[in-house]
Amino acid sequence: MKARIFVTLKNGVLDPQGQAIAHALGTLGFDGVSDVRQGKMIEIDLDEKDKTKAEPKLTEMCEKLLANTVIENYRIEMD
Amino acid sequence: MKTAVIVFPGSNCDRDMEVALTQATGTPAQRIWHKDSTLPDGLDLIALPGGFSFGDYLRCGAIGARSPIMKSVAEFANRGGHVLGVCNGFQVLTETGLLPGALMMNAGLKFVCRDVHLKVETTDSPYTRAYGNGGVIRVPVAHHEGNYIVDDATLETLKAEDRIAFTYCRPDGTEGGNPNGAMADIAGVLSGNRRVLGMMPHPERLADPRLGGEDGAKLFKGLVDTMATA
Repeated sequence: MKARIFVTLKNGVLDPQGQAIAHALGTLGFDGVSDVRQGKMIEIDLDEKDKTKAEPKLTEMCEKLLANTVIENYRIEMD
Repeated sequence: MKTAVIVFPGSNCDRDMEVALTQATGTPAQRIWHKDSTLPDGLDLIALPGGFSFGDYLRCGAIGARSPIMKSVAEFANRGGHVLGVCNGFQVLTETGLLPGALMMNAGLKFVCRDVHLKVETTDSPYTRAYGNGGVIRVPVAHHEGNYIVDDATLETLKAEDRIAFTYCRPDGTEGGNPNGAMADIAGVLSGNRRVLGMMPHPERLADPRLGGEDGAKLFKGLVDTMATA
C-alpha cells in the first residue's frame, strides 16, 4: 500500500519561505492570499496491506525521522 | 587530551576542526567515519564538524543524527563526555536531542558567509572560560539554516540556567548584527551539564593568526585548560 506523510511547520513557527511565496503570488496579481505555509510530502510504499498495522509503523517513522517534532507536525494518509 | 572529529559524507570543515584541535592539544585529533559504531577509548572531546552531511536531505543534520556512530556519541555525552558541534554539527546535535531547539532556514532566505560578532554570554563552561570576562569576539559564519528556534518555556530555562553561550551582536557589543533571525540572537547553547556546546559560527576557522585572527582559539584553549585541571 501507499502512504503519504504531510510534514508542516507548527503554528507559530515563522515560515520565511511561505512568506516569500505569498509575496511572489501578490506580485503576480493574485489578490486575497492572506498566508502561505510551505511543507513537504513524503510518499512511502509499504509491503503491509493492513492499515491498522501500518499506522503505528508510520507514526514511529514520523516520530523518529520524518518530522522534527520540535518545529513540525505530521499527518498520515493511507490508501 | 584526546580528541576526535566525526566525519559524515558531506562534512567539509572536518579538516579545519582537526587542525584546530591538534594545534590546541598538541595531540593529533582522530577522524572517525560515521559508519563506525564504536569510539576509541579514552576520548576527552568529540567534535561534530560543519558541512552538509548527507546533502542536507530531509532536514539539515537529520540523516547524520541517525548515523551508526551517533548512538555512541550520545552515550558518550550522557556519560558526561564533552561534545562540540559547529554549524552542521550543531544541527546534528539538535536533531539527536542532545541540545534543545532546532535550526531553521535563515530569515533572509539567503546563505550567509561572513564574519559576525559574538557576545560571550557566559564564561561558566569549558568552551568559554578562556574568554575571561566575556566581551565581544569575531568569528565567521557560513550557513543557510542557522535560525535558532526553541519553545518559550525552554528559552526561559536556557536563560535561567545560563546556558546561552554566545549571542550575535554588533562590533561594539550592542544589540543587532543577527545574521539569520535566530531567536534571542542565540548563536550557541550549552547542555544542562555544560559539556555539550552547539554553535553556528566557526571558531576553528579563526584559530590561527595566519587565517586572519585567533578569537576562536580561546574556545579550544578553554577545553585544554579544563582537561588539564580535571
